[in-house]
Amino acid sequence: MSKAEIKSPLPGMFYRRPSPDSAPFKNDGDAVSATDVIGIVEVMKSFHEVTAGIDGKAIRFLVDDADAVMAGQALAEVEA
Amino acid sequence: MTINSVLIANRGEIAVRIIRAAKALGLRTVQVYSHADAGSLAVQLADEAIDIGPPAAKKSYLNIEAVLAAAKAAKVDAIHPGYGFLSENADFAEAVVAAGMKFVGPDASAIRLLGDKVAARQVAARAGVPTVPGSDGRVSDVTEAAAIVARIGLPVMIKAAAGGGGRGIRIAHTLEDFERHFPQASAEAAAAFGDGGLYIEKVIEKARHVEVQILGDGRNFVHCYERECSLQRRRQKVWEEAPAAGLPADVRKSLCDSAVALARSVGYSGAGTVEYLYDDASRHFYFIEVNTRIQVEHPATEMITGLDLVQEMLRIAGGQPLSVRQEDISIAGHAIECRINAEDPHKGFMPGPGTVETFVVPQGEGIRFDTMLFAGYTVPPFYDSLLGKLIVHGADRAACLAKLRTALAGLRITGIPTTVPLHQALAADADVAAGRFHTRFLEDWLETKFAASPGGAREVA
Repeated sequence: MSKAEIKSPLPGMFYRRPSPDSAPFKNDGDAVSATDVIGIVEVMKSFHEVTAGIDGKAIRFLVDDADAVMAGQALAEVEA
Repeated sequence: MTINSVLIANRGEIAVRIIRAAKALGLRTVQVYSHADAGSLAVQLADEAIDIGPPAAKKSYLNIEAVLAAAKAAKVDAIHPGYGFLSENADFAEAVVAAGMKFVGPDASAIRLLGDKVAARQVAARAGVPTVPGSDGRVSDVTEAAAIVARIGLPVMIKAAAGGGGRGIRIAHTLEDFERHFPQASAEAAAAFGDGGLYIEKVIEKARHVEVQILGDGRNFVHCYERECSLQRRRQKVWEEAPAAGLPADVRKSLCDSAVALARSVGYSGAGTVEYLYDDASRHFYFIEVNTRIQVEHPATEMITGLDLVQEMLRIAGGQPLSVRQEDISIAGHAIECRINAEDPHKGFMPGPGTVETFVVPQGEGIRFDTMLFAGYTVPPFYDSLLGKLIVHGADRAACLAKLRTALAGLRITGIPTTVPLHQALAADADVAAGRFHTRFLEDWLETKFAASPGGAREVA
């Protein structure tokens, strides 16, 4: 079993929920498919969905909700 | 003047603009900054700089306690809020005054009154300013709303009472649209603004966006003529002009007089802007809203009037009467402002923060560039994408456009994408040159002309 990282395509603020009052897109331990949205990056007041890009099991987030992230930074890892 | 120092509760190009105005008046300047802005030009230019927290605006520039604590520590006499962030937050204005400082802007009561878009409509109507046909106040339910729609006709805008600046607006073209949008709009407004109140306005098709700059000291009120900001994308202004080309002299007079009447009716103090829609065909103008702050596009007005609006704001906050009377203010020539954003116009305006490599600004008489950029500066991803504003002044609109084309060719920003190619294409467009545009023009133009031009902007003749 190998681990794969899901990286942020953009720099900005990373959000794990679609809105402050909503449930997170994914919780640690969830399975993901490549097209699943795992979070949103806010860059210069515009919002961009981040998809997993890979099928995997047991996602584990490496950054918290509303953390600042760099482009290319690992947001989460999954067991591929 | 009763103030000797000012804290700038903002960032970016407007912070730089305020520091320059304050220094020209001999004021000590104190800049607050988030961790993302420690190396910013405003921090370098200010006499003092104070760290107010992490990059997220909520934890820094929108954090009233942090800003007030910095102001107290630096013992400043006044706080200038710029635009955006806390600039139209009545609670903040109140807290500044309660802490014994001057808020550079109108009283909290005026901000609160005019910030409620329904109340502002009523203020305008009472002052004799024409308003867009619509509801007299908040509309509580779909039944009441549908009756109003039957009276004024479709299409209509459903607007959030607590919205503004183009936010919290939905358009309904049919009754079915309307019945679907109305409850959604209410829920959205409640989530976004903490106030689900809605009102309804008729959509004025193919209107121009025209706005009047006002100044008041609580006793005297003047206008500094109008700007036209019809070129918008997603309701955000892209290109602004002063004065509005093609506005008949008699309409200009009644428009500007109506803005002064509104300012007088609330005893306005500071700089403000009264926004209108203008319908060329009927020559009618309609009040939209009042912005109780300095606006991004204020330099266009400064170029044609010779006034320094930010210095004037600081003097008013310092207890001085207006430095000008209405008869001292006149229009000389024409000015155009282009907003230069860190966005790639060829890739759906995708924002592109990053490090500026080359930075060359055009020079010359009648050319101004308000910015926070310098070569080597890293534009952070956390705030809006405005990098600077190129403002050009000419003897008339044609001369101004010609000078703008030269100035845009001389503006070089590399390392990050910018909207310079968009402005080059607009400055070369025949409809723009003829002033044939309205608030829906730019979005169509982007799809039909700009996107269609192979290789981008330079190909558009």
